Amino acid sequence: MSDTHAQTVAFVRETQIPPAPPPTMETGAIKWVRENLFSGWANTLLTLVSIYFIYQLATFVLPWVLNGVWNTSSLSECRDVLQGVTGGCFSVLTDRWNQLLFGFQYPSEFYWRPSLAFVLLFLAAAPVLFFDLPRKLLIFTGLYPFIAYWLIWGGTILAPILALLGFVVGYFVFQRFVKESFAMGFFGAIVAAFLTWWLGGYVVDAVASEDTLLTAVPSRDMGGFMLNMILGTVCVSLSLPFGILLALGRQSDMPIIKWICVVFIEFIRGVPLITLLFVANVVLAYFLPPGTTFDLILRVIIMITMFASAYIAEVIRGGLAALPKGQYEAADSLGLDYPQAMRLIILPQALKISIPGIVNVAVGLFKDTTLVSVISMFDLVGMIRGPILASTDWNGVYWELFSFAALLFFIVCYGISQYSQWLERRLATDHR
Amino acid sequence: MKKTVFYGALAAATIAGGVASAATLDDVKARGTLNCGVTTGLIGFAAPDSNGNWEGFDVAVCRAVAAAVLGDANAVEFIPTTGKTRFTALASGEIDMLARNTTWTFSRDVDLKFEFVGINYYDGQGFIVPRELGVTSAKELDGATVCVQTGTTTELNLADFFRINNISYEPVPIETNAEGQQQYLAGSCDAYTTDASGLAATRAAFENPGDHIILPEIISKEPLGPLVRHGDNEWGDIVRWTLNALIAAEEYGVTSANIDELSQGTDNPEINRLLGSAGTLGEMLGLDAEWAQRALKVGGNYGEIFERNIGENTPIGLARGLNAQWTEGGLLYAPPFR
Repeated sequence: MSDTHAQTVAFVRETQIPPAPPPTMETGAIKWVRENLFSGWANTLLTLVSIYFIYQLATFVLPWVLNGVWNTSSLSECRDVLQGVTGGCFSVLTDRWNQLLFGFQYPSEFYWRPSLAFVLLFLAAAPVLFFDLPRKLLIFTGLYPFIAYWLIWGGTILAPILALLGFVVGYFVFQRFVKESFAMGFFGAIVAAFLTWWLGGYVVDAVASEDTLLTAVPSRDMGGFMLNMILGTVCVSLSLPFGILLALGRQSDMPIIKWICVVFIEFIRGVPLITLLFVANVVLAYFLPPGTTFDLILRVIIMITMFASAYIAEVIRGGLAALPKGQYEAADSLGLDYPQAMRLIILPQALKISIPGIVNVAVGLFKDTTLVSVISMFDLVGMIRGPILASTDWNGVYWELFSFAALLFFIVCYGISQYSQWLERRLATDHR
Repeated sequence: MKKTVFYGALAAATIAGGVASAATLDDVKARGTLNCGVTTGLIGFAAPDSNGNWEGFDVAVCRAVAAAVLGDANAVEFIPTTGKTRFTALASGEIDMLARNTTWTFSRDVDLKFEFVGINYYDGQGFIVPRELGVTSAKELDGATVCVQTGTTTELNLADFFRINNISYEPVPIETNAEGQQQYLAGSCDAYTTDASGLAATRAAFENPGDHIILPEIISKEPLGPLVRHGDNEWGDIVRWTLNALIAAEEYGVTSANIDELSQGTDNPEINRLLGSAGTLGEMLGLDAEWAQRALKVGGNYGEIFERNIGENTPIGLARGLNAQWTEGGLLYAPPFR
């Protein structure tokens, strides 16, 4: 058998050919480049054009960043160092670093206070954002607003304690009456909380001593990125519950509640945010009784929160409308009352659908906080446009400052966006 | 009621926003600080330094008034205002005086019910052009594109100027001075127009100031000065005469160097009345005799303040020009202290 072909065929291979490596054109980076970048004459052309543009951009940006000057104290000094070579004067960032972050009026010896509040923010936000964490951490989240307020504003510790007390009293009243009727518990809690604050206000005014553990810092001294963070965090976290209430109110069968919500949402959505801010800043001063002091940051927070709640309400209404009617009927058939049905069945699903929209509003809102610079508050952009660009030292530095502002905002907004994508994947229990 | 709630629970410390009351002087004394409205930042005129201390030409007026009234040049709460919020801040009583390079115009004085107490800087609108454009006069700007801030008197003056000279131009509207600087440098307009002091400051910030020239034409009058509310003439008098004291001191040769010596008494009765060693001028104002002395000790007389903040040795490098004393061909002319 073995020599069957011995005379007819010159050579018979008797072993298997060892596997050869694939042709170099068909493997690894080369294959990827060929398939993705040079797969045809049109794509080749586009690739070359893109490389040219990237090259141009890099030759422009890289020397500017790499040659950057970081340790001069004025623009003219920086230009002397550069001697006409391309390079950024990043020393404006080091020179005015604290001003960019905290504003120019916040006492420098207290910078640790907002910094600590910022660090604690992550601790407080973690259990809300990542629900795998132990639920006991939520206690700290509940206390955080009061701790942060006390850290940033300082003053008597009794004020935040009183504010907390109001919420606690409200909670107990709610627990006491909610069994009889939800509305009774809800409004009873509000009345009780306000009563506590009102009575406590007198006590605190009487008791509070002048020398406090943390020196009080007036609102007018807040500034820089800290102000953006305060406004962004407070307004986003407040506007979410208000938005949910408004969305539910708009769907309510009770005509007065429904119309109040509709009018509020449509009015606020129909007015530019900047108008509301001007109202908060200048017009309110005419309406308030003489001698009234009403914190400017508080006014701005109220206005931005109103604005954001209206938008979030519409986003959530979209989520509610997207739920099949069967879900509502299922809740009814289980014998759940309205709050239970909403809390246990409708809202968890509606909110999940609304996540991209809510995040969209949150990101937009955070960037909108820079609008306060037009009502002479010194947020990050206000600091740049006002004091820093107007100083004799740094007049004429634009790219470095605004790039820095863009970078800070990008980090935060990209973080929010990444979190929301993780959250969507995590909650993906849907019908796909 | 709710107010108290917010007091106790939320609003910690706030700036008193008392509504316009007749006796501003009493309010200021009771409060212990002067609420002075300034810009959110204008190079040379008002800007906080890297330590957060306000300095500048307008700021010096605030400090002088605070020193005269309260005896402490640092007892000033500087309240930054924008072009849009400045008048409401003053009218609502949030600030006691406004020193924010504000042009004195008829309608602001009469219709908005403010009282301009004097002029601390005579400005006017000018043009800056690149040297390579080869233009030496604004009248040669026929067909040019001009960057101009919208919604300001600058815009109207520009239109008037070109109409009067029967030449055409194309406006490029911009929002802020900083934006104007960038647009002009980027070449989106042939010329940039704003107040001459602003042009000088802008030019000083350029990388190559020598490549740009400021044209000689000044096409408008922009008298800038501090202002107060209508209805409290006593307070207006204090601000007016503090400003006049700064100007008069330069005329009489009173400087921060020799003020201690001169306040002992001199041969010149007007200096004596100004510095309080003779006469009762301070008493008439409702202040003590040394009010002007204190105001002058803060930053010296008008000339010294000018030199330190915007004068020829600063990066802004403004010449005195119209802002020289009347004895030296300028317009500064303080009424007699008598």
